Amino acid sequence: MLYERPKTLQDAVGMLAETRGKAFVLAGGTDLLVRMKSDEFDANLIVDIKSIEGMSEIVETDGAFVIGAAVCCAALGEHEALRDAWPGVVEAANLIGSTQIQGRCTIAGNLCNASPAADSVPALVAAGARAKIVGPDGTRTVDVQEIPLGPGKTSLKAGELVQSIDLPKPAPRSADAYLRFIPRTEMDIAVVGVAVNLTLDADGTVASARVALGAVAPTVVLSEAAAGTLLGTRLEDEALDALAAACSAASNPIDDKRGTIEFRKHVAGVLGRRAARMAYDRAGGA
Amino acid sequence: MSFDATFQEKKLKSVGTRPLRPDGVDKVTGRARYGADYNMPGQLVARVLRSPHAHARIVRIDTARAEGLKGVKAVITAADLPDLTNGNAALFAILDNCMARTKALYDGHAVAAVAAIDAKVARAALKLIEVEYEILPHVVDVDAAARPDAPVIDEGIFTSGVEPKPDSPSNVAARSEFGHGDVEAGFAKAEVIVERSYKTEQTHQGYIEPHACVANCNADGTADLWVCTQGHFVYRQNCADLLGLEVSKLRVTSSEIGGGFGGKTHVWAEPVALALSRKAGRPVKLVMSREEVFRASGPTSATSIDVKIGATRDGRITAATSTLRYTSGPYPDTWAEIGAMTSFACYDLENVKTVGFEVVVNRPKVAAYRAPSAPMAAFAVESAIDELAQEIGMDAVELRIKNAAQEGTRASYGPVYGPIGIGPTLDAARVHPHMSAPLGKNQGRGMACGFWFNFGGETCTDLNISADGTVTLAVGTVDVGGSRASLSLIAAEEMGIPYDDIKAVVADTATLGYNDMTDGSRGTFSSSMATISAARNAITVMRERAALMWDIPVEDVYWEEGQAKAAGSKYGNLSPLSVKDIAAEAGNTGGPIAGHSELVADGAGVSFATHICDVEVDPETGATSIVRYTVIQDAGKAVHPSYVEGQYQGGAAQGIGWALNEEYIYGEDGRLQNPGFLDYRIPVCSDLPMIDTQILEIPNPNHPYGVRGVGETSIVPPLAAVANAVSNAAGVRLSHVPISPPRILAALHKQARE
Repeated sequence: MLYERPKTLQDAVGMLAETRGKAFVLAGGTDLLVRMKSDEFDANLIVDIKSIEGMSEIVETDGAFVIGAAVCCAALGEHEALRDAWPGVVEAANLIGSTQIQGRCTIAGNLCNASPAADSVPALVAAGARAKIVGPDGTRTVDVQEIPLGPGKTSLKAGELVQSIDLPKPAPRSADAYLRFIPRTEMDIAVVGVAVNLTLDADGTVASARVALGAVAPTVVLSEAAAGTLLGTRLEDEALDALAAACSAASNPIDDKRGTIEFRKHVAGVLGRRAARMAYDRAGGA
Repeated sequence: MSFDATFQEKKLKSVGTRPLRPDGVDKVTGRARYGADYNMPGQLVARVLRSPHAHARIVRIDTARAEGLKGVKAVITAADLPDLTNGNAALFAILDNCMARTKALYDGHAVAAVAAIDAKVARAALKLIEVEYEILPHVVDVDAAARPDAPVIDEGIFTSGVEPKPDSPSNVAARSEFGHGDVEAGFAKAEVIVERSYKTEQTHQGYIEPHACVANCNADGTADLWVCTQGHFVYRQNCADLLGLEVSKLRVTSSEIGGGFGGKTHVWAEPVALALSRKAGRPVKLVMSREEVFRASGPTSATSIDVKIGATRDGRITAATSTLRYTSGPYPDTWAEIGAMTSFACYDLENVKTVGFEVVVNRPKVAAYRAPSAPMAAFAVESAIDELAQEIGMDAVELRIKNAAQEGTRASYGPVYGPIGIGPTLDAARVHPHMSAPLGKNQGRGMACGFWFNFGGETCTDLNISADGTVTLAVGTVDVGGSRASLSLIAAEEMGIPYDDIKAVVADTATLGYNDMTDGSRGTFSSSMATISAARNAITVMRERAALMWDIPVEDVYWEEGQAKAAGSKYGNLSPLSVKDIAAEAGNTGGPIAGHSELVADGAGVSFATHICDVEVDPETGATSIVRYTVIQDAGKAVHPSYVEGQYQGGAAQGIGWALNEEYIYGEDGRLQNPGFLDYRIPVCSDLPMIDTQILEIPNPNHPYGVRGVGETSIVPPLAAVANAVSNAAGVRLSHVPISPPRILAALHKQARE
């Protein structure tokens, strides 16, 4: 197995494209290093992207926050403007693992690890984040939900890697929130996760909404039906009831070691309701 | 020399204080050496190949390709561990568990092992070992395994303890029964009867340090083993028996231990490492991964328990029965029997009957876990007592007080109690501020009692006085919870010298006589008894030396406050001689000064505790948080109160984890789904409140200072205390542990539908 620490994106892409056999991109390594300890793990190449220029920076442009693929989640929590703009995304990123893990782990890694339970992914999807991908054929940008295809599988082609996650600047009277259910208080993995992103009209009615669910299907679920229950409402009880029912209906979970179908569908509704309330309050809704 | 272990009330100077532990600095600076921290020149790395099947016949193992791999120095299978057990079924079970012989009996069962020059080669070699399995039907659930139509795991098992002897094999290995009186007559007198069934899932001790050892077999028949264990003398015996070594030629050194809780009382990896070293002719290091620890080392039993309790409306229990089914892994054991003994031990019952059934299943061989078998039995009984209290409208503490065992009570498992702490812990609970603290929305309170026998056993200790008067205390019980500090306090007390003048070490098997292992809460109880005896023997020697120095009869020399003093007035001008004075002259008065002790520590006092727990349950998600928790337990005498409190808190923390989230989850294929700390959910720090403790001291009459074991009882009440609290908070009875959020929510939804 070869470990490489390239200085440029071109070198990284070249290494990934040229290798025969299995290659892995190493950002924070909080998933990869654990997998490497397994007897089943096998790789020819590990490409560490942390030394690539710009990869560990958050750049604020007029329209977006451009978060390098090697930016650790703790850095998101320390970025005041980002925290103000996307509190839900930041709180999702800062739920992952422990304080020590957050000093290493990245949202790009969380996305590319393609776990259905990834905490930051529903929040990124609800926020309308896009991923900039660089590869042998150049650069392309996709909605983040296009990257995970199923547990452990991504749409990235051979030689491609995520360069950055781009979060748009939110419209006025907007806010997001992310809630997850875990049986413990921390250092756990989501049994259900729900992100809600709302923009309000001046009168406090919901003008646009995005609702994304995690850990209830093989990939993150962006539910237009759930979002639709909130449009034009002020989150009255009937609207929240409809949202909860829509979240439960949009969930297509399995029974496994982390929870049952019944439990996950129900709690998706509960968390949807609570996250919507939080986002609404943050957006200035009364 | 005879030793009087009788309790004697006296004023204590050192015992009961809280000095720093002697092993503390090494542990917090990372210098303490644990199992994996030892290395030998030329050492090889061992890895174990494990069965991916829950139940399979091993048709063929071909190790030729692995043996041919460059860097591989030895490959072993069961053929390299010939059966020397000579009909000893318990020893055979250990052997077969270390390396499957004809069948793999659970997911993770070892089938072969390799020793290679490094981990990479060892890993590659495992993939080259070809094992042909014939997959057999498996069973993992306790109730399913006990049914007549279950796949039989061992055709040689016929239920013992039943008449007539069964003529067909089954997975129910044994039946045991305890009790007295006439339960049918007792139930006839009852005005209220509560009859319920309960279930608990299998948990792991969850020690942070995985099993690790370094083994070295020499060509001359001698061998060394460095290992993380709770009992190096027992490991020596087991390994010598299994490998055909002479016991005294195998030297076992125990490392520091990163948790054991009963799980490091059984050998798994050690005979394998020794067999590899014997074959390779080089030292071998074997460290289990966390996954291996979960799949193949000591979980506790999964259980299914029926309880029936009858009482009069004024709260007097007239009869009680329990039927307890415990899994033991694939080999018969006595876990249900222990559960049956403990289940009603807290109560004074006229009519009681408890029946245990040992059930074999395709899961790892069960090992002891902190008061083994008692927490599950207490969960069932204390849940039923709680329901009884509610049925007759009586306070849960009052009902227990009314029926509590006391001195002179005949225990449900046979013996008559001496002075015991169940009544005092209940009295303390009744008046504890926690009991009357207000509860918030969605909160509930529960309480429960627990019992543990406590062990004594064989113990040997050396106390050596150095030329400068400082003392080395060599003990043979592994320090799992601060016993070096406690034993130093005991020696300081007995000799009348400062705690800091004593260095306690855990001696290896070649330098001290046999000691039973640190289990059954016996470490401080039994080794303190031996330490007192050794100190008294050393004092006798020092009195003799002082007599020589003064040239007076030894009868006229007495020991007081760390000094030899001349008795009476006729030697009025003699200044007392300190330990330092006497030690400095030792070379001129007969040579080194030491005290030795070897004894069987009898009379370990039984132990009781009462716990109080407040929880808050989110009715929308079933999430439970522990809001407040109080442990009240009898210590006999708390030698080092901080470490006694630590034991109380640690047991409660483990019990809370067991109650709420910890469980072995098996797939349809019989494979363990959660062999890691991500999905085997022990509590993290933020899951627990500060666990409050109250130490009661009801002296054990059979120990000079009144000490009782304290390590285990604290894990007995939490399952029931938490279950009772959650049931009270949620308004629905939870009878299946762990009481995880999906189970709580399902119970709430079921209740809403009904």
